[in-house]
Amino acid sequence: MATVDIKSPKTQEEQLIETLGFDDHFHDHHEGDKYRSNFINTYVFSMDHKIIAKQFLITGMIWALIGAMMSLVFRLQLGFPEESMAWLKPVLGKWIIINPETGMGTLSQDFYYALVTMHGTILVFFVLTAGLSGTFSNLLIPLQLGARDMASPFLNMLSYWFFFMSSLVMMYSLFLSTGPFSGGWTAYPPLSALPQASSGSGTGMTLWILSLTLFVVSVLLGGINYITTVLNLRTKGMSLWRMPLTIWAFFVTAIIGLLSFPVLVSGFLLLMFDRGMGTSFYLSEIFVGGQALDHVGGSPILYQHLFWFLGHPEVYIIILPAMGLVSEVLSVQSRKPIFGYKAMVFSILAIAFLSFIVWAHHMFMSGVNPFISNFFVVFTLIIAVPSAVKVFNWITTLYGGNIRFNAASMFAIGFVSMFISGGLTGIFLGNSAIDIQQHDTYFVVAHFHIVMGIAAFFGMFAGIYNWFPKMYGRFMNETLGKIHFWGTIIGAYAIFWPMHYIGMAGVPRRYYKFDTFTSFSQFDDMNKFITIAAIITFSFQVLFVVNFFYSIWKGKKVTTQNPWGATTLEWTTPIRPGHGNWEGKLPTVQRWAYDYGKDGKEFVTQVTPMAEGEVSGDDH
Amino acid sequence: MTFLLVLLSLILIVIITIQIGKVTELAAKIRGEEEMQESVNKRQGVYMMVFMIAFLLLSAWSAYKYKFHYLGYGPWKASSAHGQQIDTMFDLTLVITGIVFVITQILLFYYAWRYSGRRSGKALFFPHNTNLEIVWTAIPAVVMAFLVIKGLDAWNEIMADVDPKEDYLEVEATGFQFAWALRYPGADGQLGEKNYKMINGSNPLGQNWLDEKNVDDFHADELVLPVGKKVRVRITSKDVLHNFYLPHFRVKMDAIPGIPTYFVFTPTVTTDSMRMRLKQYPEYNVPADPNDPESKLKWEVFDYELACAELCGNSHFAMRKTVRIVDEVEYMQWQAKQKSYYLSNVRWTEDDPNKDKLFGSEIEERKEQFQEALDTALTTGKKTVQFNYVTFATGSDKLTGVSRYELDNLVNAMKENKALRIALNGHTDDVGDPAGNLTLSQKRATAVYNYLKSKGVATERLSSQGYGQTQPVVPNDSDENRAKNRRTEFRVVAQ
Repeated sequence: MATVDIKSPKTQEEQLIETLGFDDHFHDHHEGDKYRSNFINTYVFSMDHKIIAKQFLITGMIWALIGAMMSLVFRLQLGFPEESMAWLKPVLGKWIIINPETGMGTLSQDFYYALVTMHGTILVFFVLTAGLSGTFSNLLIPLQLGARDMASPFLNMLSYWFFFMSSLVMMYSLFLSTGPFSGGWTAYPPLSALPQASSGSGTGMTLWILSLTLFVVSVLLGGINYITTVLNLRTKGMSLWRMPLTIWAFFVTAIIGLLSFPVLVSGFLLLMFDRGMGTSFYLSEIFVGGQALDHVGGSPILYQHLFWFLGHPEVYIIILPAMGLVSEVLSVQSRKPIFGYKAMVFSILAIAFLSFIVWAHHMFMSGVNPFISNFFVVFTLIIAVPSAVKVFNWITTLYGGNIRFNAASMFAIGFVSMFISGGLTGIFLGNSAIDIQQHDTYFVVAHFHIVMGIAAFFGMFAGIYNWFPKMYGRFMNETLGKIHFWGTIIGAYAIFWPMHYIGMAGVPRRYYKFDTFTSFSQFDDMNKFITIAAIITFSFQVLFVVNFFYSIWKGKKVTTQNPWGATTLEWTTPIRPGHGNWEGKLPTVQRWAYDYGKDGKEFVTQVTPMAEGEVSGDDH
Repeated sequence: MTFLLVLLSLILIVIITIQIGKVTELAAKIRGEEEMQESVNKRQGVYMMVFMIAFLLLSAWSAYKYKFHYLGYGPWKASSAHGQQIDTMFDLTLVITGIVFVITQILLFYYAWRYSGRRSGKALFFPHNTNLEIVWTAIPAVVMAFLVIKGLDAWNEIMADVDPKEDYLEVEATGFQFAWALRYPGADGQLGEKNYKMINGSNPLGQNWLDEKNVDDFHADELVLPVGKKVRVRITSKDVLHNFYLPHFRVKMDAIPGIPTYFVFTPTVTTDSMRMRLKQYPEYNVPADPNDPESKLKWEVFDYELACAELCGNSHFAMRKTVRIVDEVEYMQWQAKQKSYYLSNVRWTEDDPNKDKLFGSEIEERKEQFQEALDTALTTGKKTVQFNYVTFATGSDKLTGVSRYELDNLVNAMKENKALRIALNGHTDDVGDPAGNLTLSQKRATAVYNYLKSKGVATERLSSQGYGQTQPVVPNDSDENRAKNRRTEFRVVAQ
């Protein structure tokens, strides 16, 4: 690998590591790199956290493209219901129904709902959980903590391969003759329990559960590893309060995942029992397909509790890593310490804690006792406080900065804009009285897409552009990155901003078409506009993918060890670090992670010892 | 061919974009990284400002353009009492979040532009400021507390169930794949019991016909409600989750199999007044069908609607029912026209478990019929009254259970009118052996005689006689006519 061919004189950081570093005799034991003896265990069954990070990222990108293309198909249906979709017949096959007289091709209703369901499942779990948290937790936890690798590289490898298996199962379910699962990504029973009620609830649902169970195994293996690594493998001097906010975010995210994902599996398990073994956890008094079922005494609301006990923390599992990445990128690229580091950490902790006691705000109108909802309203709206603190801190981080505009920093700024826009609409929905009207309308669609869909993507893009040099030793093309940014931020607002108005007018989500209702059919033009905006925005993502893969092989080479002038440890490794990350000793940490512009110096890396009489940055 | 062309142009676009990217990298090499970065910072900083201004202006423009979709404004005012509270909460939150939105977006992009990097520039070392942080933690906390208190105040009032003592109308909505079934309680004001196991072709909701509260319940094709009256909708589901959603009334609640839910609301605007309200807006004075300029105007065809708002399967989007809010008088007229589902669809069919008894309304109705027939007999020359509802088990003289209601009417009449004396006559059709028919008719007349006697009618006021097939009222030439000839009747002998 390229670790040896750069023979530049030792940088200041390398010298510091050599004198102050901690010798763990890693290279005495590992003969160069025993894990990487051949192609298969270097690139396929790799135990190197950096390779695993790339595996998560690229798998996530493939899924993101599939999920996005699904959304384009159902957006075509919503924007242009009168247009023929016969041209999609070669791809979608029997799901495009051709009228033999007119030749008009229409999207099957079942498949429309399958697309909606798969789009949600793929984006929430495969892209924004595995692709985002999986990528950057893997890449940055060992690098920024000064660790050789994860606590258990083997479990880490398993974590990816469980995700891979989960992906295969889900992919396979797309090709079933009865169609993939089509009852919404939340998979509420009885619809998800009864094949009589929906064709996708047969084999499609079985595979969906199997896939997500494998996925949870992946998340848990990864999460245990992240937590153990953060707690045990921090290098000398890396106290918790010296960790970059990225690590805080990944650490807390892993804890949330570890506590909430098993509850989802228990919910799925009971659902499997109801589906296959005749139990009645969720089913009661059902007459379907001309037949009264024997199930009595179950409650579909129980499933909703179990689901949202994961489902709500899940949105923080998605957004916290993005927040961590954005905090780091904003600080590095504006050449300023992140404002209110401790407040940022406490906000993350507060959000994580609150995320466990707000789940029923998804269920205000689902028949739970309205009295119970009082508590959930209170806790839900309290989340606005730490969220607001974070936004103010990001904005203040820009204040007085010397901002370097590149794709990374621009996506980080875009993230803050999206998080504000989407977060504020949460204040409407979290208030149960308003939620009576807005629940399950396009207002909700606009809200969560902006705040946890687009915002999380922006955080992810910021992270990719910022750490691509670390991953591949090359830069992504900046111009294309900026075009990507402007196309995406304008496009994303163009898609989701109008949905607020549609939602305020009461139009429900998950409708195949709107012309059945006069109240809902007044937005034809807007729906066309949204669809066109979605197609254009998608094309900018294709640009990103092209840039990504082009840059892996042809991008501008990184020639300096620390191209962004960052303080954190990952930039003290060789430009293309091998397995084990540091060639000689491990770096030891002398200060917090945000000494930018301090005492007249542009930045001071974490390995630099405190000067005589220097006051620590976070005590300033 | 088209495919190839599309593929070619895609490849071309990719190549072009990569070249654009390359050009700037080359420029950077020529001009030097730092100088290049500075001009990039300057330019992108300006773009940020331009974006912010355009974004805020477009937000304002769209907010104005779509003003009629704001809750509580213009045509989109709630048509229910509690809905106005929701609208107020929405607007209040909109004002507060709107202010925060504008301020934070301006600061974000303004700072991005204002502090875009200079080569000579130095960033401020400003890691934290306790006072600032306290202020901006406290302000959201106070605002949230305010919104929570107002919100919960409204919520608990809206979601409160009815007090059984107050005056309200209860209707039931049942969701199923893929429609809503609406059930009204009928005159008794109470919905009858149901059980999903009893659902069948003639009993779509599984009503228990043994529960008398079901007898007058009627099903409706549209949700008709009187204005100003408190309505409690009982919401149930037959199969999967549905959601009872009335957008104009700010009503929404899941329908859950096995767990009935409810929503209480009071409609405040009739369909007609809503149409009048919409008529004021030019947007509603256009043809409802854009392709047909002759069609009715939008406000003229306006109807409130009931929808489903919980994904329930592949036709989730099609569960529409019209909702009509009318004044009290019109509601009473409409209600009077509705027919009990049980009486008109199930009564006397093989699915009816109540064949041996009559219900209040039927008893009343038959009493009137009988009284009318008797009055005719007493006042005109036609002295014979036929029992319409006295029946026997086939081939026997055993009175069926329901026969007693008509005979009791006769008993009562004879108790009131002490002078009344009657002769009971039995008749058959011409099927079978004439002698046997004669005996049977005699026996049946006697059975009636015995019943009346058992109810305390003095035997000297009664006589009984069988005539077999000898006195048909119509020729025995069809099944219908033969049925008419099989009868038991009485003749007024003295009054």
